Amino acid sequence: MRRALLIVVPYLWLLALFLVPFVIVLKIALSDYNLSIPPYSPQYDPSSGWQGLRDMFAAFDFENFVFLTEDDLYWKAYLSSLQIALISTLLSLLVGYPIAYAMARAPEQWRPTLMMLVILPFWTSFLIRVYAWKGILSTEGYLNQLLLGLGAIEQPLTILNTDTAVYIGIVYTYLPFMILPIYAALDKMDGSLLEAAEDLGCSRLSAFWLVTVPLSRNGIIAGSFLVFIPAVGEFVIPALLGGSDTLMIGKVLYEEFFNNRDWPVASAVAVILLLILVIPIVLFQRNQQKQRELDG
Amino acid sequence: MKHAFLTTAALLALGTSAALAQEVRVYNWSDYIDDSLIEKFEQETGLDLVYDVFDSNELLETKMLAGGSGYDVVVPTGTFLQRQIGAGAFQKLDTSQLPNLGNMWDVIEKRTETYDEGNAYSINYMWGSTGIGADVPKVQEILGEDAAIGSLDLIFDPANMEKLATCGVHFLDAPTEMIPAALAYAGMDPDSKSDEALAKAEEVLMAVRPYVQKFHSSEYINALANGDICVAFGWSGDILQARDRAAEADNGVEIAYNAPSEGALMWFDQMAIPVDAPNPEGAHVFLNFIMDAENMAAASNYVYFANGNKAAQEFLNDDVIGDTAIYPDEAALDNLYTVTPWGARDQRDLTRLWTKIKSGT
Repeated sequence: MRRALLIVVPYLWLLALFLVPFVIVLKIALSDYNLSIPPYSPQYDPSSGWQGLRDMFAAFDFENFVFLTEDDLYWKAYLSSLQIALISTLLSLLVGYPIAYAMARAPEQWRPTLMMLVILPFWTSFLIRVYAWKGILSTEGYLNQLLLGLGAIEQPLTILNTDTAVYIGIVYTYLPFMILPIYAALDKMDGSLLEAAEDLGCSRLSAFWLVTVPLSRNGIIAGSFLVFIPAVGEFVIPALLGGSDTLMIGKVLYEEFFNNRDWPVASAVAVILLLILVIPIVLFQRNQQKQRELDG
Repeated sequence: MKHAFLTTAALLALGTSAALAQEVRVYNWSDYIDDSLIEKFEQETGLDLVYDVFDSNELLETKMLAGGSGYDVVVPTGTFLQRQIGAGAFQKLDTSQLPNLGNMWDVIEKRTETYDEGNAYSINYMWGSTGIGADVPKVQEILGEDAAIGSLDLIFDPANMEKLATCGVHFLDAPTEMIPAALAYAGMDPDSKSDEALAKAEEVLMAVRPYVQKFHSSEYINALANGDICVAFGWSGDILQARDRAAEADNGVEIAYNAPSEGALMWFDQMAIPVDAPNPEGAHVFLNFIMDAENMAAASNYVYFANGNKAAQEFLNDDVIGDTAIYPDEAALDNLYTVTPWGARDQRDLTRLWTKIKSGT
């Protein structure tokens, strides 16, 4: 009984904060644009009872999803978002892993401080931190002034309003989400395993590849998901740091919603985005479970 | 401590409804008021003024169509206002609460009637044109002394733009402003929404697209003033604000605004009260306050936009009322055109075209 209650809590959470919003978005995606408040129809009027509900379902159609396939803008934006997210995730891993590794190998008494330093940026608003990058990366910005002052470059670099700035912004913003799970995995690792590997003739480098990396695998996977998923739908970073030609699905969604005021199409874009993200994760989880069963 | 917290929470819960009645929430464009007017309003009326800003009609419209924005006064541009009235987003003004209505200027009222029949839902706040802001010495250095600063050639002729790209050009990120301008340049009706017109506008804009540093609707004020860019296509008063900021900073930047000789879009920003405004009475108090001749003049003196208030004109500074870039004379007024709203179908084509122009996809 108590166990069942314990399980109910996360399910209720999922129901209230994932399933219900998703059903609402799906409902709008199946509706049609209409100039009214809110700007779509049909609206469900509870006083109309069952008949009203039936009429509402009769008015639903997949028109908006069909529309998305007719214009190459959408799949190009999805692909470009996936690409930006994938590259950002790899970059975060490349930067984050050594940091997590160094933290896990640091003397015990330093670790809380190091952990604090990783979390500290969160104390400043995300928006302000992204804006700060504008000041750093602009043509008149600190980075260019520094490089010009050092004589490293002759002409200021154009970084702001390009994809490069978007990568910098995403990697910077999501780095802690990569570091923390990897650190947690490495921290738990039994150091004697490495000694054993070396006793058995492994060089330090191959011990790292054969022992440390596989043992931190779960941390790497968790970190990659935590960076990849929000990066795909990212809007603020490309809007503030990217150029007019940075194509991301978050920006397309914004335009559907704000410029076209077409909530149904915007919702259809969001539903597809969710499917793109959820299906691979579910497949991955399945695979993991099978693996575990095989191991067990 | 805990006790104090609980008391505060209880007070908050009890006080919400009472506090709302004391509060007027205004949602206006960024850089669009003299801040001292906010203080003056609070002192005169005893109401708390919550003043938020936006920089695109689209953002405002989405809030209006979602409903429950929580604002008492909002400021859409004429074409957007018209559509939102159609959606039932606004309430009719109660003229008995607006004694200062008599101050309004019939010349402007006649024009705003196109968007709001009988001016039943809105009052004019500011109006102006959309045109070219240029850092004159820099542009002349690049294009020569006889550079066509007052013509759309400056921003739509690729030969000019290629050279100007070295010092930076910003365009408004607003297709409803840029497409009519491109059509005016091509010698077509700026209000045309036909496929043919869109194709022509695309051709004009695509030819200069590579030389546009950024499409943005508010950054150009500072960028012009700081000398980060040398040309912007933007709203008259914004560019004149940039001119003033540059003059204050004395940084060698000399900005001039010109309504293009091929014709300039004339727009009207209208104050209206959302249908679900929490404090419509306070909203009327605010509108009446704004329509006071001296207050309206103070706002215009600060933001360099013309207003639709006849009585305010005697309180305007000479560099506002005397500047034909702000208050155009008869001839210049003839050169201004107005446009009508885009329907849902057209709007989708317009946004799609705009995405294509900006992103190349």
